[in-house]
Amino acid sequence: MTYQNPPTTPRKSWTFDDYTLSEIRRAAATGIYDIRGGGAKRRVPHFDDLLFLGASVSRYPLEGYRETCSTAVTLGTRFAKKPIELKIPITIAGMSFGALSAAAKEALGRGASLAGTSTTTGDGGMTPEERGQSKTLVYQYLPSRYGMNPDDLRKADAIEVVIGQGAKPGGGGMLLGQKISDRVAEMRNLPKGIDQRSACRHPDWTGPDDLEIKILELREITDWQKPIYVKIGATRPYYDVTLAVKAGADVVVIDGMQGGTAATQEVFIEHVGIPTLACIRPAVQALQDIGMHRKVQLIVSGGIRSGADAAKALALGADAVSIGIAALAALGDNDPAYEEDYNRLGTTAGCYDDWHEGRDPTGISTQDPELSQRLDPVRAGRRLANYLKVMTLEIQTVARAAGHNNIHNLEPEDLCALTLEAAAMARVPLAGTNWIPGVQGGF
Amino acid sequence: MVEHFKVRTIDLATAPLRDLNAELHRQSAEAHEPMWEILNPRGAHAIAVGVDQPLAIEIRGSVGYYCGGMNKQASITVHGSAGPGVAENMMSGRVVVKGDASQYAGATGRGGLLVIEGNSSSRCGISMKGIDIVVKGNIGHMSAFMAQSGSLVVLGDAGDALGDSIYEAKLYVRGNVKSLGADCIEKEMRAEHHEQLDALLKNAGVDGVSTREFKRYGSARRLYNFNIDNVDSY
Repeated sequence: MTYQNPPTTPRKSWTFDDYTLSEIRRAAATGIYDIRGGGAKRRVPHFDDLLFLGASVSRYPLEGYRETCSTAVTLGTRFAKKPIELKIPITIAGMSFGALSAAAKEALGRGASLAGTSTTTGDGGMTPEERGQSKTLVYQYLPSRYGMNPDDLRKADAIEVVIGQGAKPGGGGMLLGQKISDRVAEMRNLPKGIDQRSACRHPDWTGPDDLEIKILELREITDWQKPIYVKIGATRPYYDVTLAVKAGADVVVIDGMQGGTAATQEVFIEHVGIPTLACIRPAVQALQDIGMHRKVQLIVSGGIRSGADAAKALALGADAVSIGIAALAALGDNDPAYEEDYNRLGTTAGCYDDWHEGRDPTGISTQDPELSQRLDPVRAGRRLANYLKVMTLEIQTVARAAGHNNIHNLEPEDLCALTLEAAAMARVPLAGTNWIPGVQGGF
Repeated sequence: MVEHFKVRTIDLATAPLRDLNAELHRQSAEAHEPMWEILNPRGAHAIAVGVDQPLAIEIRGSVGYYCGGMNKQASITVHGSAGPGVAENMMSGRVVVKGDASQYAGATGRGGLLVIEGNSSSRCGISMKGIDIVVKGNIGHMSAFMAQSGSLVVLGDAGDALGDSIYEAKLYVRGNVKSLGADCIEKEMRAEHHEQLDALLKNAGVDGVSTREFKRYGSARRLYNFNIDNVDSY
């Protein structure tokens, strides 16, 4: 009788999984690194790994439908003559006209204004559509300075000096030629159809001492009226926040690695920067150590999806959060209603991230006039406003349950962690214990 | 009737910078104070930034960073040297530096004319977007990096990596160029270039120099669309 080796179930490598192998084949076929939009897709410790401790015997909760729980936030109280007053602590992150269609930018403005919050320009300047539809507009001051001019600077309600973003701290941008329409090209003073590189460093300053002078110049140009934000990608939050405050920031925005980009290398998105959860406590610690917590406001972004995420960020010490990818999803990005179109692009709803190619079936991340028409800015703006309202209600629900009549009273005490990693990063105890790894002499 | 304007003098030894810039911003089209003299700048930063009227501003001394930043319409003269980023993102008007200029002179400028009578340090005209810059002396390394449009005229020499990653800006250099940056090449001086250069030189008050003494540099346009075979150029 011959020996027969019984067949085992075919087993895929955990190390060389389907995606990895497909990427190796793609690299071998093209010789170019993969570029895509969005933020980190890998699982990293996140707000899901934290839980709220509701009120109980030791604390009493507030009645959901009768007792108020205020949500307003004021940003830029340090130096600016005209700080920003928002009804809700959720802002819309910077996204460029160029990366997004004019209709999408308009929709973001409409939605934010309906909900009582601000929206932000991006690498490409300010369009009349978004200025017109945004009650409160933050104007980004970026290394490329595409579209930068003093008139728009004065039209803005706040100025955000962008040093980095969570998707690619240390990286510049690239808007590929296929998305450069006549209008985009004109706003950026470049020929149509060529790749537009955005520098990774500002052209006229380097380092924290120069930044201080640059901020002085922007304040002088705008007569000290407008709050000046400094946005950083999360890498060394303790030192970067300290230096931003030293340089004169009114508001610091810190963006974790799940924060999105219109287009950059996959290797950058997945391998550079730290998770949002990991950057909040060091940032808050920095502000506390120099006596500036709540004097310089902290905005946290990168993978915020719900009122629960926002409430957890606030509890860890943020003054507000900012959303980008979630806002696009609210407008309709990756909606399964367009599944057939997604299939034609070789992907499926929920996975589409080739925003740089300009073929977005939803009309959001494209300059194609036909595709752009698919997005109704009024309807999409309404959807965004609805979503922001739901997020706000969720934050209030959690805050009331924890016994707070103001969402800004949420505190680390209200939280516990599900995993050791999250406990260490958020510096809250592991659920059911009083153990915070790395604190109180722990390891 | 000839109007005689009084020169408005502000002494930065006693007046705060913030008041100076605020007053310059308050000048409207009907302003009766078109002539300004600023004394004792003492290297202060952000002098006369964000001006948006056809004022004549004479600064008696050397200035720090970003003098004349985002200027529109005004004619600003620095009777001394200028720190980094003089006339950065200028929109229109004219900035003249009688002495030398530090790094990033005219960075991202979108219009107007910047004249530097002395030398200009590294990264002169970086990311320029329509401004014209005339430097009577030499310029430092990495000048006109990622320069998008406008013209940079240099009567002296240029340092290393001139015009690295340049787009459509025009560079005219009379002296030696130590080296050219990625995708920057020497180009033919055609009639229209002689004409343009001649106008720029006249506008900057340069006499007795022939446009034939200049060479023109610009983009080879090989890096306009990413191609893996060019990867060694980056």
